[in-house]
Amino acid sequence: MKSLALFATLVTGALLLFGTKDFPAWGDPQSPASTYLSPVYIEQAVAQTHVPNIVTAVLGDYRGYDTMFETVVIYCAGIAVLSVLSRNREDEE
Amino acid sequence: MRDINEHTPGEDLIIKAAVRLLVPFAQLFGLYVVVHGHYSPGGGFQGGVILGAAFIMLALAFDMKTSQQYMTIGVNAAFNNLGAAIFVGVGVLCALFGGLFLDYSALDKLIPLGPVEWRSFGIFLVEVGVGFTVMSIMVLLYWNLSSAGSMKEGL
Repeated sequence: MKSLALFATLVTGALLLFGTKDFPAWGDPQSPASTYLSPVYIEQAVAQTHVPNIVTAVLGDYRGYDTMFETVVIYCAGIAVLSVLSRNREDEE
Repeated sequence: MRDINEHTPGEDLIIKAAVRLLVPFAQLFGLYVVVHGHYSPGGGFQGGVILGAAFIMLALAFDMKTSQQYMTIGVNAAFNNLGAAIFVGVGVLCALFGGLFLDYSALDKLIPLGPVEWRSFGIFLVEVGVGFTVMSIMVLLYWNLSSAGSMKEGL
């Protein structure tokens, strides 16, 4: 069973590594992300949001959903730890 | 149950004095990082972690009870729910005022500041919510993990 798990892990890892072959080169100015999305943020973020820090503008405004669910993930982590570890008052003593 | 007079590692006069001096500055710096996220690296996550670290420092240098004098378990629960509610609430409010979910410029109809200013201010509101949640969850995780869930006595 363990060797099967190892095999599955290796195959999945190999597939993922194989998939990275099709990625654009690191920092390629012709890649889709650099040709149409990043320039819009860089050119218009300050005018559209009045936030000098583009990272904050992208994080809080353009990618608001992402940030919201990041917060929810942290919230869920806290609630999960609380519900798993926390002991009831009756259990004490 | 540990003897109160027993000298435990970490319960040291120098550490206690240093933490007592350090905590207000750590909290001030945390608030600075939260509110200055528009102009410098920072924001709700980073500032919230620094604010939470201030309470964790208190719990480490003194004990869990001391840190719970400054932030009770109830206040902690209120903060982490409030933070998440602020974020989602701002988003819902935007939708109620005719924009898209989390489109802060729609809040211009509520208080006329200008749509662009509102996008800036909306980010700030949301960051404050993130800061509340991250701060209290960090403290909550520390309390629970270091005391095996009793939240009474731990490291």
